[in-house]
Amino acid sequence: MAGGCGDYWQETGVAGVPVRYCRCGTGSPVLILHHDIGCPDRADFAEALSGSRDVLMPVHPGFGLGSERAEWMRSVRDLAVLYRGLLAKLGIGRATLVGLGFGGWVAAEMASMAPADVDRLVLVGAMGLQPREGFILDQALVGYIDYAEAFFKDPAAFDAVYGREPTNDQLEAWDICREMCFRIAWKPYMYSQTLAPLLGSVTAPALVVHGADDGVVPADCAAQYAAALPNARLETVADCGHAVALERPEALARLVQDFIGE
Amino acid sequence: MHLMYFTEQPMSTYPADKGLEFGATALMFSNRYFDPVDGSRLYNEFLEQYLYAEEVGIDGIMLNEHHNAPFCMQAKANIFAAILAGMTEKVKIVMLGNPLPLSENPVRLAEELAMIDMISKGRLVSGFVRGGGQEQLAAGVNPAYNRERFEEAHDLIVRAWTETGPFRFEGRHYQNRVVNPWAVPLQKPYPRVWVPGVISRETIVWAAEQRYPYIALNTSIADTKKIWQTYDDVALEAGYEAGPENRGYLIQVHVSDNEEKAIENARQFRWMQGEFTGLAHPVWSTPSGYSSPRNRRAFVEFAAGRRANPRGQTSFEQQMEDLRIIAGTPDTVVPKLRRILEETRPGILALWGNDGTVSQEDSMTCIRMIGTEVFPAIREIAKELDLKSPFEAEAPVSIRYSTDLKAPAAAAE
Repeated sequence: MAGGCGDYWQETGVAGVPVRYCRCGTGSPVLILHHDIGCPDRADFAEALSGSRDVLMPVHPGFGLGSERAEWMRSVRDLAVLYRGLLAKLGIGRATLVGLGFGGWVAAEMASMAPADVDRLVLVGAMGLQPREGFILDQALVGYIDYAEAFFKDPAAFDAVYGREPTNDQLEAWDICREMCFRIAWKPYMYSQTLAPLLGSVTAPALVVHGADDGVVPADCAAQYAAALPNARLETVADCGHAVALERPEALARLVQDFIGE
Repeated sequence: MHLMYFTEQPMSTYPADKGLEFGATALMFSNRYFDPVDGSRLYNEFLEQYLYAEEVGIDGIMLNEHHNAPFCMQAKANIFAAILAGMTEKVKIVMLGNPLPLSENPVRLAEELAMIDMISKGRLVSGFVRGGGQEQLAAGVNPAYNRERFEEAHDLIVRAWTETGPFRFEGRHYQNRVVNPWAVPLQKPYPRVWVPGVISRETIVWAAEQRYPYIALNTSIADTKKIWQTYDDVALEAGYEAGPENRGYLIQVHVSDNEEKAIENARQFRWMQGEFTGLAHPVWSTPSGYSSPRNRRAFVEFAAGRRANPRGQTSFEQQMEDLRIIAGTPDTVVPKLRRILEETRPGILALWGNDGTVSQEDSMTCIRMIGTEVFPAIREIAKELDLKSPFEAEAPVSIRYSTDLKAPAAAAE
């Protein structure tokens, strides 16, 4: 999948909505769940994994231009159940779940609702838990570009993914993503009050990753995930913001490859 | 013709330089700049204005509410409505209106409004609004469900007013297992509902479907005509012909005994940095999901500084030219209002009399001249043009209570 998902897009219906997903590579299945700001065209991290894995990267329904939303969906747990349905439909029993930021919350929900079906769990800058100090950055208060820029430590890394001047299509896509976040994660904003106790059932090996300079999700969330998951390890990626997979794709791919291969 | 007085209840003593420095005058603009000593004085001055409006013969007092901003001090319109219900005798108390989506319990609103209607001996007009974009955040309410909540809260309130309780309401956003308020409106079948708005086509369509009068807020003559075209088309589909009794209009008009002074005071209509509702942060004023999807592109481009505000932004002079602001003595004001009445044919007219730092003395003069000189002339013009208010036309409260429908609305469903 050099250069992005390109021809690897497929689509299938789950729970009444079409779900688009990029699927590439062979090996044990790895489900990658993207951030709240949508699924960028550049997929270096997924590409690195697809060398030895069957990588699936769906677009969360309703997140982006041309992505039909599920009108009925009211919670992030609903989205997690929908993805359980997607895996079942594709005949995938056990998978490694890799969640990025908001997608980390979805992955944690998926893991907690079917612990036996988790091969390994990777949470990268995951939302979903209330930080004991600080807050998850409230996108309702900042502009579209400002919010996406906050995902990166190095502005050049943002430019490499979205360009110095993101297109108007991109702005519109971010607004659509934002609306969907509001629909399913407005209150409490970007965390669950019932997820933490459920994580204790997830005995699969878990890797919790946090960018050292994450300006979106406080480091305490990673610490809480590492403490609540019985078989977890915490890794911090130096010199990196919230969007680890976009800012340091090689470093994250190496961490995840090593972890899956253990 | 139903003729009303309106003021935004401006917090006129806030430090404008601090707002400019901060870059916005709503939502996150700190309330450290709100002075309750001034607030106490101003609330009492506004009350004095309302009582005087009744004294000089004005038909109705229009009330509204906004949050987290100096442009409007009313954080709960029902409070002033309740005060006026007890302190006035004749004026209609016209709420434009209660922001329904911000309510977590519409039955409570139904009770409050029923109490206001009974205390005022049936003088309540209960308008409903969606609330401004930034008010969704100020109230912690999800902007993405704003319209759904608006419509559902409306349905629940109307049922609470008209159906004998107890009954059960199971909606998408509101679930009230026991609805049985021991406070119901005096007016039957229920108090009139008027719906104000600016740009959302969906709201115009909804109001027309309900047969509720729509109150265009300070729109240009051309835009007002477009609004009535939309309304009239929907009305015909719903089985009735819309007329002046379905049309209201709010306009900024400052009247004085002196032309120059009137124009000087009218400049205060632009006191919030020239914006209708203050210096807006484009993201806060239009949270994702709040606006119609058809406006999404324009608003995101505006938010990124790539295009002008879709809500429009024009100079004081242009607004005077377009007759969106009128200022002068009764002799110069009345002919201009006549033109608006001739062109847009409303049966409800509200004059937004003064704003910003206009003194209490000048505000009272303005109210006196509106009541004793401008409105008597407007009443004559309205008779000549056959502009009847919903009261004069004895219009049904809503489509449900209409007996003159050409094609029953139910058949269209």
